[in-house]
Amino acid sequence: MAAVDSPDRRRFHVVVIYGLWSLISGALSVPAFIYLFWPPIAKKKEDWVEVGDLAQLPERIPEERSFQRMRKDGWKLTSEKASVLVTRTSNNEVVAFSPVCTHLGCSVRWAPDRDSFYCPCHNSTFAVDGKVTGGPAPRPLDRYEVKVEKGKIFVGHEPKT
Amino acid sequence: MNQKLREWADHRTGLETAVRSFLYEKIPASSGWHQVFGSVAVFLFMVQAFTGILLAVNYAPTPGDAYYSLRYIITELTGGSIIHNLHHWTASAMIIFVVLHMAQVFLYGAYKKPREATWIVGVILMLVTFAFGLTGYLLPWDNKAYWGTVVTTQIAAKAPLVGPYLSRLMGGEGPIGVVTFARFYALHVMLLPAIIITLIIFHIYLVRKHGVAPAPGDQGPEKSFFPEQIYKDTVAMFVMFAVLFLLAVTVQAPLERLADPTDKNYIPRPEWYFLFLFQLLKYLPGQLEAFGAIVLPGIVIATLIAVPFLDRGNVLRLAKRTTAMAAIALALAGWGGLTLAAIASKPETQTVLGLTEDGVPESWTQLLPEELAGIGYFRQEGCASCHRVGGLGNEIGPDLTKTADKRDVKWLMQHFKKPSSSVPGSPMPAVRLTDFQLYQLSIFILKLTPANAAAFQSAPDYAVKGAILYSESGCSECHTVNGEGMELAPPLNAVRDRRTKEWIIQHFRDPQKMSPKTIMDPYPFGPENMENITKYLLSLPPF
Repeated sequence: MAAVDSPDRRRFHVVVIYGLWSLISGALSVPAFIYLFWPPIAKKKEDWVEVGDLAQLPERIPEERSFQRMRKDGWKLTSEKASVLVTRTSNNEVVAFSPVCTHLGCSVRWAPDRDSFYCPCHNSTFAVDGKVTGGPAPRPLDRYEVKVEKGKIFVGHEPKT
Repeated sequence: MNQKLREWADHRTGLETAVRSFLYEKIPASSGWHQVFGSVAVFLFMVQAFTGILLAVNYAPTPGDAYYSLRYIITELTGGSIIHNLHHWTASAMIIFVVLHMAQVFLYGAYKKPREATWIVGVILMLVTFAFGLTGYLLPWDNKAYWGTVVTTQIAAKAPLVGPYLSRLMGGEGPIGVVTFARFYALHVMLLPAIIITLIIFHIYLVRKHGVAPAPGDQGPEKSFFPEQIYKDTVAMFVMFAVLFLLAVTVQAPLERLADPTDKNYIPRPEWYFLFLFQLLKYLPGQLEAFGAIVLPGIVIATLIAVPFLDRGNVLRLAKRTTAMAAIALALAGWGGLTLAAIASKPETQTVLGLTEDGVPESWTQLLPEELAGIGYFRQEGCASCHRVGGLGNEIGPDLTKTADKRDVKWLMQHFKKPSSSVPGSPMPAVRLTDFQLYQLSIFILKLTPANAAAFQSAPDYAVKGAILYSESGCSECHTVNGEGMELAPPLNAVRDRRTKEWIIQHFRDPQKMSPKTIMDPYPFGPENMENITKYLLSLPPF
């Protein structure tokens, strides 16, 4: 019995206890950390949605166009209504802005009397090219990818931030 | 400074003193490796709590969503499958260690006076562990979970006296739905954890109150719990954890397809630790079922609780506890024998024709018999030796998955008969088939898209040949398949749910014998044709 109590033996026991518990904690916490903080493995989708004819879009007057999009929400795929503010620039290019204010997420609309996009919540204003011209908004309006094919306007599913 | 701070904190909280008195508790000299099982069981419970909480943050506890959220955890979240697997395998390990712990205590007679309460709490802890297994089994909401729980709730409903109440408590009679699910979930994540934590604390408190039971004749100097016994406990926990972690990384916990209450082919089986009960029920006639499923286990549990009161003699050396050993051997033989019998009698999973491994109808079963027959002519004429279809075949002729939007049946049939008439200079040889066969080939080719081509081409030979026979014999003049045909006779979709293969064969040979009022003529097909057409009919999904 005396051998069991020897200091060397005791030190060995303590080292093994701490060592093995560290290994167990590591093996549990590393996957847990990855599981909680890594983004889900997403399947990249390059879908385009049609939002109207180019010919019907007046120059430099943004119009709101709505469309249905599929959004992945965790394990669910939900269909939701989304809208974009499409503008035809002078050189016949189309830009599509997300109507979500970059300040606190209110809905931005085109105000013809101010010649700018206007957010009613905190009076942020954005120029026709999306740049901030007034109010607390920290950055320009988010843009959607746009392409024009056979006179039809298509936008990407999500705004690029 | 550090010392002062510790003293200050201990003076206010008493934590250090408490931890010290827990760790430096004196244990008998005879303590050792045989006493690690209880500690390992508690450790495994902690692993279950940890992985369980992690699962819960991404799990939707309602039928349907439960399955999809679990699949999301497994397939889309990095590390999710390890956590799920760990929870799954540790559940089994926990059962094993709780039972091993109990067997060890039983063998050593450590339940004797004054440790009766410790033993009884232990028996209840074992039952709670089983209840965790039972309620957790439903939560994946796959076919296994659903059907396994159907059986469980039916058994509970048969319990004498309390059956109807138990049944109502579990969400009512009839099919398992949202109510049963919610209750099992509430038990699994709220009530049972609260009970088990309380009881574990009480159990450990009782162990401390009475001290670890010494072996008889233990005269040696007492040892300290820390580090000697904790070292042994830790090594045992680590070995078990390493095994479980390896299992979790390498062996995927089963997740079957989404629960399907209409699936008549599913044969439910419980988790391995309940297999003995499952097997026992097979041997009992109907009226004795409640006895086997409820009364007998009830007697066993009551006997277990009564053990310390039945065996009140002095503590004996392990070698002299022959009755205890005999009891363990008997229990092991009974449990092991029944479990092995259950494993041996595992029914072969019936392969249902026309279903994928996931149990969904193959896409070729959605084709009309004429279209499916077209695949036969497509193969017979070797179309793929020049045409590319869904990534297969050569690229001498155009890709046939892109024909549909440019051509129609009339054009195709004309082209088959004299290829160069519609495509000047075409090197394609004429297809020598009857008009009806050419029509079937055409409608199949018009069905092809890049998305479905490979799936259609995987149609098995029996289905294609069966479909050709079906078309040639004019079956659709009376029957429908996938909604096409005349409705003079029963529709043939899902005929597998109504008839056996033998019945169908007999019916072809002598229709009046099988269904006396039928006007169907006999079709005495040869053995190969008979095999093909019956298998084809059996592959037809519900329409």
